[in-house]
Amino acid sequence: MAGKRKNAAAARGVSPSPSGTASTTSASAATVTTKVAPKESAPPIATTTNVFATSTQIEPTTTTTSTSTSTTPKSSGASKSSSSSIVDKGALPQAWNKVFSNLLTHYQDTTPQRTKLLDAFMAFLVVVGGLQFLYCVLAGNYPFNAFLSGFSATVGQFVLTASLRIQTTEANKGDFPSVSPERAFADYLVCSLILHFFCVNFIN
Amino acid sequence: MSADSLERLAVAGKGDSTRTLLRVIILLLIAGAAISSRLFSVIRFESIIHEFDPWFNFRATKYLVANGFYKFWDWFDDRTWHPLGRVTGGTLYPGLMVTSGVIYHALRALSIPVDIRNVCVLLAPAFSGLTAYAAYLLTNEMTPSSSAGLLAAIFMGIAPGYISRSVAGSYDNEAIAIFLLVFTFYLWIKALKLGSMLWGALCALFYGYMVASWGGYAFITCLLPLHAFVLICMGRYSTRLYVSYTSWYALGTLASMQIPFVGFLPVKTSEHMPALGIFGFLQLLAFLDYVRSAIPSRQFQTFLWVFAGSVFGVGLTGLVVATSAGYIAPWGGRFYSLWDTGYAKIHIPIIASVSEHQPTAWPAFFFDLNMLIWLLPAGVYLCFQKLADEHVFVIVYALFGSYFAGVMVRLMLTLTPVVCVAAAIALSTILDTYLKAKSPIPEEHLVEESSDSTPKKASKSGLRASSKPYIGIYATFSKVTVAGAMTAYLLLFVAHCTWVTSNAYSSPSVVLASRMPDGSQHIIDDYREAYQWLRQNTKDDAKIMSWWDYGYQIGGMADRPTLVDNNTWNNTHIATVGKAMASREEVSYPIMRQHEVDYILVVFGGLLGYSGDDINKFLWMVRIAEGIWPDEVKEREFFTPRGEYRVDAGATDTMKNSLMYKMSYHNYNNLFPPGQAQDRVRGVRLPDDGGPVLNSIEEAFTSENWIIRIYKVKDLDNLGRDHASASAFERGQKKKKVIKKGPRVLRVD
Repeated sequence: MAGKRKNAAAARGVSPSPSGTASTTSASAATVTTKVAPKESAPPIATTTNVFATSTQIEPTTTTTSTSTSTTPKSSGASKSSSSSIVDKGALPQAWNKVFSNLLTHYQDTTPQRTKLLDAFMAFLVVVGGLQFLYCVLAGNYPFNAFLSGFSATVGQFVLTASLRIQTTEANKGDFPSVSPERAFADYLVCSLILHFFCVNFIN
Repeated sequence: MSADSLERLAVAGKGDSTRTLLRVIILLLIAGAAISSRLFSVIRFESIIHEFDPWFNFRATKYLVANGFYKFWDWFDDRTWHPLGRVTGGTLYPGLMVTSGVIYHALRALSIPVDIRNVCVLLAPAFSGLTAYAAYLLTNEMTPSSSAGLLAAIFMGIAPGYISRSVAGSYDNEAIAIFLLVFTFYLWIKALKLGSMLWGALCALFYGYMVASWGGYAFITCLLPLHAFVLICMGRYSTRLYVSYTSWYALGTLASMQIPFVGFLPVKTSEHMPALGIFGFLQLLAFLDYVRSAIPSRQFQTFLWVFAGSVFGVGLTGLVVATSAGYIAPWGGRFYSLWDTGYAKIHIPIIASVSEHQPTAWPAFFFDLNMLIWLLPAGVYLCFQKLADEHVFVIVYALFGSYFAGVMVRLMLTLTPVVCVAAAIALSTILDTYLKAKSPIPEEHLVEESSDSTPKKASKSGLRASSKPYIGIYATFSKVTVAGAMTAYLLLFVAHCTWVTSNAYSSPSVVLASRMPDGSQHIIDDYREAYQWLRQNTKDDAKIMSWWDYGYQIGGMADRPTLVDNNTWNNTHIATVGKAMASREEVSYPIMRQHEVDYILVVFGGLLGYSGDDINKFLWMVRIAEGIWPDEVKEREFFTPRGEYRVDAGATDTMKNSLMYKMSYHNYNNLFPPGQAQDRVRGVRLPDDGGPVLNSIEEAFTSENWIIRIYKVKDLDNLGRDHASASAFERGQKKKKVIKKGPRVLRVD
């Protein structure tokens, strides 16, 4: 932990050093976090920096924390020469945190009610598919036909619903000049019928 | 077309409806040309099923028509692979039979009384017309030029590479599969362009039909994911790609699993894993794409690629681990032989022994595709220039297809469509460039003309440097030259295609043709003669042993049970037959007794010079048998010490004592004056020792030109002697034997 803090200090302490641009990015990222942080569960700033420090070691190797701690001296030693890259990658989880919260707000704000219904259906399909897969792993896949058709039904329905969702989203209008939402829904129905015909035929 | 009609075309061709009408007429004519060029074999010979595999398909179709669909689906065939039998309904691709069965019943319902054989014979030409149309549609997706589609249609219609597998009577899976292949590709491109689920679903349906028809469906299964993958790598992921690919994959995989022969393969074998992998990869990409649209940030983009890449890597490792742990079957032998052309020869002789699986010789490309093969690179280059999603498809397909066509002769068939499309794009670009009715006058030139008001430009040498001279592709001379050259090439192409079709690909190979000295055609009909003999002179359940090449024909024409046939599903059984053929009589006889063989059929071309006979295939029998019994059959022993494969006096003892050799040359000497016996295939003189002697089998039938020889397996001797001594007794050699065996050792020094 001490090493991490030290590293964090090193990473932050480079701001007066020659690589000014990199430090500004890191600083801005840090401030963003502090801005976002109160929105979540209001962690103290010290924790935020701690997260930041941990991430500095995690990201370059994308391994567990234990290995990253061992590499700490090296990365901190090299931080002066290649501080910009480390900071850049260190900003990733920063963005990650931001992504989660922003995603949530973005989703809640901009998604129409119908699309949310679709999303609920997709989530349901994921759960059902996951359950089937779990059953297959735990209890064996004996009626393999049945498992396959059940599982493919959920997967197929999921991708079809996802396609419908994509086609009916306003932002994607440009991609589908010839597909109106009504047309998309009709396509969806036809494809689902075909899908379920195959599934029923395959289930034995 | 005459100049007059061309002119009228130019005038009337302005209107959209006229163009459509003309296009329809041209397409119909193309379909007519495609069909009629495939009828050579019917005209030259007769309406007959060709070669080997078609005979099985024909037999299965007859079964389907006679017994209905459900019985066909559950068909267990006990007349092949005696004594094992074959679950035929579950081990064939039913698309072809069902198609012709449907056509047959439809025609019947329209009260057109047709014979099922004629439906089968003419199915391939009929579908070639459809293939030409599919090629037209596919090419129209690639280029706005409408002439390219028509050119592609005519190329597809008459290219020998495709005709080779689709002449009338060649009732094989490829007959409909190529149409389905091209049409599936067309639907895929359409789905990708529009991003429509419906087109994706249609693509999946036709893909399912393709899976039901031909084992080559794996080509689509690999090509579409590859295309998607290349698009993703080029940074061209789009929601349209997601919609079209996922709807194709989700429906298409389920559709393919409906076929009993395919069954669980799409989730179990490595051939199908790329499609699955790309499917999963696209899900991740779609998710990340959504996230990115929600939060635009530079760091996120790097994160996106790191994340996607690592997941892809994990998936790949998972696949490798699952394969090595045995959850997923590794690649099949045929696929290994696609990567390493030497693989099959070493590991799976049964695959290497099929001439279709040999690597392609260079001239074959020119022979099968003529000028299209050198238009292919030009077409691919033009695709590079535009490089929209669909052009990437052509490029990927061309690379993939030409590699595989180089590895296996048979896969020339899958290359042909893309060659036709690319060549049509190239040629139509040339023609469109040079045949513009009005030459666009360059701007500077216009200025020059208005100021100068003299059209003569050659005289003004001073102006020439400043203005663009009136030469280049706008000159009449170059137009005429290029257009004339292209016309000449096209005419040559048509002539070549017609020549190849009529000479190389229209022989049924069941019936052979030769020329008499006066030039008239002489039909050699030994195969059917022999099969007819079998049908009329043997018991209904007499088992016929022959090399597997003839299994389907015996089943189809003679209607007798066989030991092995062209569905080479059981290598050991084939090796057993190979061992029986390659061993001495004393070894072969028990094998034949165990398999209840009644007759043996061999093909011998020595008299006529027919090179596709069993002696020439013999080494494969030896090799396949050696693969199972390495210490009983040895390939080396069939070669002379100097490594020659000889059948004359210099042949090895193993060779001379093998059943195949004996059956081929039995009594052959009697045809010739003493010492003159000659084998016209191998071009050697046979030893003058009275020919090989057969003890445990006897000659039953030999066809007119000695191509087919049938032997009857003798029953056990009544008196319990072995066959050698029994037949020696028959020949009156009793005394000799007694003298030899007699107790001569009275005096011992």
